[in-house]
Amino acid sequence: MFDVAIIGAGIVGTSIARELSKYDLSCVVIEKSNDVSNGSTKANSGIVHAGYDAKEGTLKAKFNVLGSEMYEKICEELDVPYKRNGSLVLAFNDDDLRHIEMLYERGLKNGVKELSIIDKNTVLSLEPNIQDNVVGALYAKTGAIVSPFELAIALAENANENGVEFMFSTTVTNIYKENDVFNIETNNGKFKSRYLVNAAGLFSDEINDMLGGEKFKIIPRRGEYCLFDKSVGNIVTRTIFQTPSNKGKGILVSPTVHGNLFVGPNAIEMDKKDDVSTTKKGIEEILKGGSRSVKNINPRDIITSFAGIRATSDTGDFVINVPTKNAVNAAGIESPGLTASVAIAPYVVSLLENEGLRLTLKNNFIKHRTNTKLFIQMTDDEKKLALSSNSAYGRIICRCEHITEGDIINAIKRPLGARTVDGVKRRVRAGMGRCQGGFCMPRVVEILSRELNIPMTEILKSEEGSYILTGRTK
Amino acid sequence: MERDLVIIGGGPAGLAAAIEAKKNGIDDILILERDKRLGGILQQCIHNGFGLHVFKEQLTGPEYAQRFIDEVEKLGIEYKLESMVLHLGEDKKIIALNPKDGLFEIEAKAVVLAMGCRERTRGALNIPGSRPAGVFTAGAAQRFVNMEGYMVGKKVVILGSGDIGLIMARRMTLEGAEVKMVVELMPYSTGLKRNIVQCLEDFDIPLLFNHTVTKIHGKERVEGVTIAKVDDKRQPIEGTELFVECDTLLLSVGLIPENELTREAKIEINPVTNGAYVNELMETSIEGIFACGNVVHVHDLVDFVTQESFLAGYGAAKYIKGEKSNSANKFKTKGLNGIRYVVPNIIHPENVKDAVNFYMRVSDVYHNVNLIVKDGDKVLYKSRKNHVSPGEMENVKLSKDILQKVEGDELVFELEEVAI
Repeated sequence: MFDVAIIGAGIVGTSIARELSKYDLSCVVIEKSNDVSNGSTKANSGIVHAGYDAKEGTLKAKFNVLGSEMYEKICEELDVPYKRNGSLVLAFNDDDLRHIEMLYERGLKNGVKELSIIDKNTVLSLEPNIQDNVVGALYAKTGAIVSPFELAIALAENANENGVEFMFSTTVTNIYKENDVFNIETNNGKFKSRYLVNAAGLFSDEINDMLGGEKFKIIPRRGEYCLFDKSVGNIVTRTIFQTPSNKGKGILVSPTVHGNLFVGPNAIEMDKKDDVSTTKKGIEEILKGGSRSVKNINPRDIITSFAGIRATSDTGDFVINVPTKNAVNAAGIESPGLTASVAIAPYVVSLLENEGLRLTLKNNFIKHRTNTKLFIQMTDDEKKLALSSNSAYGRIICRCEHITEGDIINAIKRPLGARTVDGVKRRVRAGMGRCQGGFCMPRVVEILSRELNIPMTEILKSEEGSYILTGRTK
Repeated sequence: MERDLVIIGGGPAGLAAAIEAKKNGIDDILILERDKRLGGILQQCIHNGFGLHVFKEQLTGPEYAQRFIDEVEKLGIEYKLESMVLHLGEDKKIIALNPKDGLFEIEAKAVVLAMGCRERTRGALNIPGSRPAGVFTAGAAQRFVNMEGYMVGKKVVILGSGDIGLIMARRMTLEGAEVKMVVELMPYSTGLKRNIVQCLEDFDIPLLFNHTVTKIHGKERVEGVTIAKVDDKRQPIEGTELFVECDTLLLSVGLIPENELTREAKIEINPVTNGAYVNELMETSIEGIFACGNVVHVHDLVDFVTQESFLAGYGAAKYIKGEKSNSANKFKTKGLNGIRYVVPNIIHPENVKDAVNFYMRVSDVYHNVNLIVKDGDKVLYKSRKNHVSPGEMENVKLSKDILQKVEGDELVFELEEVAI
């Protein structure tokens, strides 16, 4: 019997798990995928929004601004790359100017700090690669970027170090209550908990139905992205937004925390919750959209493209409520959900407390993650120390990102360590570079097989069924 | 650590450069190889066909490499394995890393860049669809099959008729896989003619020109691809799409010289080859830094890599010994009218040993043309070609004598139609 069961190990579920791990509680995170961050969290823009977008009074506005203010500290505690690079919303005509003025006013009402409207010359002096027909911009100095999957992994690791259990490859099929206890039926047996959190992302409406909460519906909306080589990662230093038009929210162009550049996303409503394929039309749309803002975006520099699905609820806002006694929904957390999630977590915990969950702070809570640095990021002394403890730190496996075998072994041996090629990639970036794993993927498969002591043929790229090898040669 | 000559890369290019430098009187040489063994990509090329020009016999990749490895051993040239160069400065300072020595710094008098190339990926092509397991570059698949002993799939479609793709079509077939087809965007193959015959035609594997893969299907593992015919702008033609069931897509869609270090050292790069501009001694825009092999331009045969790399080793030795002339007498080379590029790019005639082998690629398939070399209006060389193709390098050898008589500041290589 657990005190709290959290369904979903995306950015929302892991934020809540880490928050709960500060207290003397037994918690479990139930995740249908075989790793943390395998749903919407793994493929989104990675933007920490300043908070001028959402309409005042909404949950989106409230948690966006709060979350934005909490981010730096959490990333520092967990040693996750975070950069306050600032963001611009560009205006190209009078309508756009009126729109950014509205956003400015809204930002002030939402409590966003360090907002200003800047003129054309200031825009171009800050960002020389912006198209010349820009007329002004909203400048939010508090806008930031983060690596969403690295943060979710870090939150999960830290929660796990503080006692939270994680059940992967476990899909919830039914929930019923018996004597005030949730019975959670899964493909992996039955779990019991006194309290329950629904952080099931795209599937949170289905979990809500199982709980008998007031109906809402998740409408999956796909967004496609192109990721560019680091050689063009500096064509802009801030995150560049466009004003929303009747065609959608506009395409953004932004550096990533690791120095790449990305362009995207578009927004396509989908019938299915799991179709993350990209389309020719979509890629053309985002490249064209990106070029409206920024000069010199050359498709030749693309190293990969991908798509993610937003968990948009039909209520128009986040769904954070109590669907049934002792349960909390944290659902429909679409943009600015990544930003908001870190602020949603303590709020969800307070709702659980309202439901009667007793919270006693632990005195042995581990706040920081340790041993998180990649070899290439270490100081000379740290490098020497790492090499003396394990010569595998001297063996570069991923040539593009300079990731060593020591880093990869660390990714596998960490709490909730990597078990798949993509798991390694998201933890330590092996395969994230311009050759996209062409050289290192066979080596990573070999290292996973050796360290986990499972046959090469059983190593997966990502989810169950994504086998890489089909057998031995003759 | 100080060294006379550091060679970055222990594949065919680096090995040949080292051997030739040693033979020309340089003793203090260090080869830095990032893999577990010398030989580079040749070690996974277990098919034969290597060495016809250099050794006048057919060798497999590992056999070809071994001849050079043996000679390196015999000459006592030092090398370090699993050694990755992390930094190369304009001042020829190198920072490298390996498990034995950890991080180490070398100040080199001369450097030879011989890092080879890498394969273009699915991402660079931007093929739409899902992102399942089962999409491999042909080289990564080759490593699994030939080095690790594992098969990567059972039903295979290959995109691109580059040589590695063609070789893998045969290899996968021999291992029991069903290779359904090779799909080529262009109206011609970028691979060698002999590979098309021996790897596809002999096994009845269809080769579809003017086709491409427009979508990848399958959530976790590839379940199929959509192929389509393309128009003369290489764009898919609507209505020609065809679903092909497969569990594997191999990509053989071109190679990119690996010039990260070259760029870091601020060496000038030719945007056509994606390799450094080099002179008659394979010296780059930084004096004392030489380059050879696929890091300069992608070759069709390793034999030509070897020849070019001997020259780089000879040049590096000349430089170290202070025998290289720096006279202002020089001219450039240029490809025109069907010649996409020419290597080397700059010639100082007095540094030429006996002759220069100019390597070049054409930009399309041409029949019945003359390959001519002109100094102003003066034709220095003319050779009749019945058939030229972008898949095969052309090569023109001009003697020192001819080169010394060049009057203009540009030597132009071009194709000329032959009236029939």
